[in-house]
Amino acid sequence: MTQRCGVIGVGQTKYDAKRIDVSMPGLLREAALRALEDAELTWSDIEAVVIGKAPDMFEGMMYPENYLADAIGATGKPLLRVHTAGSVGGSTANVAISMITSGIHDRVLTIAWEKQSESNAMWGLTLSPPFSVSVVAGAGGFFAPLIRTYIRRSNAPEDTGIRVALKDRQNAHKNPYAHLKIDDITFDQIANSPMLWDPIRYLESCPSSDGACAMVLTNESLAERTPRKPAWVHGTAMRSEPTQFARRDAVNPMAGRLAAQDLYKQAGIQDPRKEIDCMEIYVPFSWFEPMWMETMGFADEGEGWKLTYEGVTALDGSRPVNMSGGVLSSNPIGASGMCRYAEAANQVRGLAGEHQIDGARKALGHAYGGGSQYFSMVLFGDTRP
Amino acid sequence: MSEAYDQEALRGPHVIEYPFRRSCGPVLSRFFSGLRDGKLVGIRSQTAGVLVPPAEYDPQTAEALEEFVDVGPAGEVVSYAWVSSPRPKQPLQRPFAYALIKLDGADAGFLHAVDVGGDEASIAIGTRVAPRWKAERVGHITDIECFVPESEAQPAPPLTEPVEEPVKSVTTPIRLEYDFRAGKAQSVFLRGLAEKKILGAKAIGGDLVYVPPRGADPRNAELTPEFVEVADTGTVVTYSIVRVPSDNISFDLPYVCINVLLDGSHIPFFHVLQDCPLGEERIGMRVKAKWAPDDQLTTSVASIEYFEPLDEPDVPFDQIREYC
Amino acid sequence: MRDVAIVSFAQSNVAVEDRNEIEMLLPVAKEAIEGSGLARDEIDFTCSGSSDWLQGQPFAFVMALDAVGSWPPIKESHVEQDGAWALYEAWVKIQTGEVGSALIYSFGKTSPGDIAQVQALQLDPYCGQPLWPDLDSLSGIQARSCLEAGVVTEKQMAEVACQALRNAQSNPHAVRKGDYTVEELLAKPYRVSPLRDHDCPANSDGVTVMVVVAGDRAKQLCDRPVWIRGFDHRIDPPALGVRDLTRIPSAALAAEKAGAADDKLDFVEITAPYSHQELILRKEFGLADDVQVNPSGGSLAAHTLMSCGLNRIGDAAVRIAAGGGDRALAHAGQGPCLQQNLAVVLEGD
Repeated sequence: MTQRCGVIGVGQTKYDAKRIDVSMPGLLREAALRALEDAELTWSDIEAVVIGKAPDMFEGMMYPENYLADAIGATGKPLLRVHTAGSVGGSTANVAISMITSGIHDRVLTIAWEKQSESNAMWGLTLSPPFSVSVVAGAGGFFAPLIRTYIRRSNAPEDTGIRVALKDRQNAHKNPYAHLKIDDITFDQIANSPMLWDPIRYLESCPSSDGACAMVLTNESLAERTPRKPAWVHGTAMRSEPTQFARRDAVNPMAGRLAAQDLYKQAGIQDPRKEIDCMEIYVPFSWFEPMWMETMGFADEGEGWKLTYEGVTALDGSRPVNMSGGVLSSNPIGASGMCRYAEAANQVRGLAGEHQIDGARKALGHAYGGGSQYFSMVLFGDTRP
Repeated sequence: MSEAYDQEALRGPHVIEYPFRRSCGPVLSRFFSGLRDGKLVGIRSQTAGVLVPPAEYDPQTAEALEEFVDVGPAGEVVSYAWVSSPRPKQPLQRPFAYALIKLDGADAGFLHAVDVGGDEASIAIGTRVAPRWKAERVGHITDIECFVPESEAQPAPPLTEPVEEPVKSVTTPIRLEYDFRAGKAQSVFLRGLAEKKILGAKAIGGDLVYVPPRGADPRNAELTPEFVEVADTGTVVTYSIVRVPSDNISFDLPYVCINVLLDGSHIPFFHVLQDCPLGEERIGMRVKAKWAPDDQLTTSVASIEYFEPLDEPDVPFDQIREYC
Repeated sequence: MRDVAIVSFAQSNVAVEDRNEIEMLLPVAKEAIEGSGLARDEIDFTCSGSSDWLQGQPFAFVMALDAVGSWPPIKESHVEQDGAWALYEAWVKIQTGEVGSALIYSFGKTSPGDIAQVQALQLDPYCGQPLWPDLDSLSGIQARSCLEAGVVTEKQMAEVACQALRNAQSNPHAVRKGDYTVEELLAKPYRVSPLRDHDCPANSDGVTVMVVVAGDRAKQLCDRPVWIRGFDHRIDPPALGVRDLTRIPSAALAAEKAGAADDKLDFVEITAPYSHQELILRKEFGLADDVQVNPSGGSLAAHTLMSCGLNRIGDAAVRIAAGGGDRALAHAGQGPCLQQNLAVVLEGD
């Protein structure tokens, strides 16, 4: 790294099924302004903008960022648009971080967003070309068989997914931005919710949300002078692999494992199980918590579910996961990855509010996308690397 | 290169269609409510004067804008392009102009269509134009059908049923038509289906077979030019039970979606399992393709109606583990 | 800044391509990788550019991974922009010091849809897109503004097209070429007045693949590395009515920041899908009269949307590597009336 990078501003919108109170520019603006206010900067302080979202078909626009350029203060500046499927919120932030660590820019605004209510994600994700037959309905239809395989391989108790969902749904009550907050949520309520894509129940699934998330990044010297504590970037990693090939392990993908190893190496982490305090990871369906815990090395293969069972990943556990309620509680698809980064950053800044983990010094952010084939990760620390 | 690649790829119409529903936010709500009432409203910016349609933020400084200004309804053409062969979705179906119109009281041009009776000579830069309003307006950009020479324009007729409620959203239907080509390798596979054969592509330097053929072996980005027929029987390596409706799905709910490893192939193929009592589906179960009647076989995956259970012992998990 | 060189480039452009994106990409990616002298696993980073609207399928770029070698897993990213912006992302990544080489690719098929109409989706979705203006019409409005302001003449536009089609005769990847006089072109009917067919992009289907390598390794790999000496991109406001359509300020700014004017340019390769845009860009770049523009023929000879900008950069690099000049500006532009612009200054060793 030529330059160290710090997150000095974080902004999130209120996530909701339909943010009909704002236009698309208004939605991005809400997150971007909050990030600027957090950083105590103005539009003119920003040198470049890196923006990300999932497929343009969700909003029916081509180059949507070009239309949004003036709403996000990008006029006359470099504006780069990243799209790496579901991991895009994470990879957008990683690209923005590289703008700083390369020494090219000193202050960068990064935004990720989705306004799913403009259309319908099930429609956008299941557009069948001629000669084909749709057999898979939406993302859940694609991921349910992988979850089935995980259960078969690990012999995990069938209620693991319910326990993850209960934890995340309880955590969401402490997050003012969360979309889905179910009062007095219980284990039975989740267990009795309808099966959508067996073994995935309704309440084990993410909602469709409108929302945007933004971060302001700066170089080392500016981060040291910032009004609030920065989150220091200790490492970023990205890996991709093909969707399908003979003997591909899509349950515990190599790309996910390599991204984690790369991240720990950059951050000087010897044993992630001991050195990482908390994490925000991409869990759109509850079972992905134990699956990713294995992929990222927090549990041996086949044993990720034990972390959920033993309460390790609970808000008061020894290594909390998705303190904010995670993707299960708010899913503005293209932004969901950046929400993980933003929440992880705020943990080491001590600014996570009611779901703050006391003394969090190292927090991990994670996103994945495509057919479990794109991975983006970040490690934030409360001190300079 | 396989001869199969010499054949032209299959083509078919592909349509993307959705009625996008766009929430307006306060500024655009004011604009669209104005259109419904037969009025045009702009907004004063810091750096570019009065903008129509009103922008929420200044185009140069990004500062929020809030000072609304009534404009028009007449104005003058500042530039235009003459469309001699209109496309089906365009506002007029006889020759017309797309123009930037500087409405009276505004500084920035407003994009809309101008109808001068199909006669290009009747429009020029500086031509005065005014809206041709629709009688029944809903708060949409197309409440103005187009602009016409000012002398021909009529004021907006009052709505038969006036509405007080501000416009909160607009619906903007999108329909795009594509001439889809299936790809060479995929076309070989699809043509096979029409003959009741499942063709896979063989990876170079090994005995791995991909169904459907992807054109390349994704591991090494090598072309897979050789095709081989695989069996229409296989093993369920994993599955889910779909109980959620989707517009694009034609199967009755619930149904079992299977990843089936066809005998002789090495990646799972996605289809559905039927003729199997719910609850009997399982990893390792043997299945067979149920083909459409011969006279209904086509170059489509629909030639396989579904997979049905085969009366054979299950395959042990360890034998299929690496394909799950 | 680390020195980064374009060490390999390959492309394919045809009017209508029967193969799908993966099948188009396979041989071209292979050619570019082999041409770099690097093994696939020696290339540290991969970045691509494309748009789902061209083929009408979400996640088209995901399938494209099959064609470029992504196993074992690779460090990879994608921009929903022209491949030139993918090159920018890769160049930034190399500047971080984390990687030393990159494979960049882009692809587009303009033939499946009515591409000029599809691009109405680039407009304001509330007030612009619902009127379905095609890109030819929007560009026609821009051309008319330029004509009215006296910035261009129809004769100059025809001269641009004449030269482009003539240059295209030596470009095997051009899909439109020929030897015409200005009078012949001016006698042709308008497509969307004031634009005639030859003033509009020669839409094509194709792919573009490039390999870039940092520092001394680049010198080992090729006789004459073509170095990226400056790189920048900028964007103008979206509303056409707000912009002075006779100007493209973001192009001028990007070229200035890239250092285009710091020394003499031997030639330029620019993305001007419409003939009048070449005339605007010449002014924005402050080009001397003797600077050759688009020896490849540019977008009037072949215009693979999402790929054309990267194509211009590659064409310029190939020309410099072959001794056809020492210093060039390459430019990519996208969005209605070239809202967003990117400039790269290239120099031969």
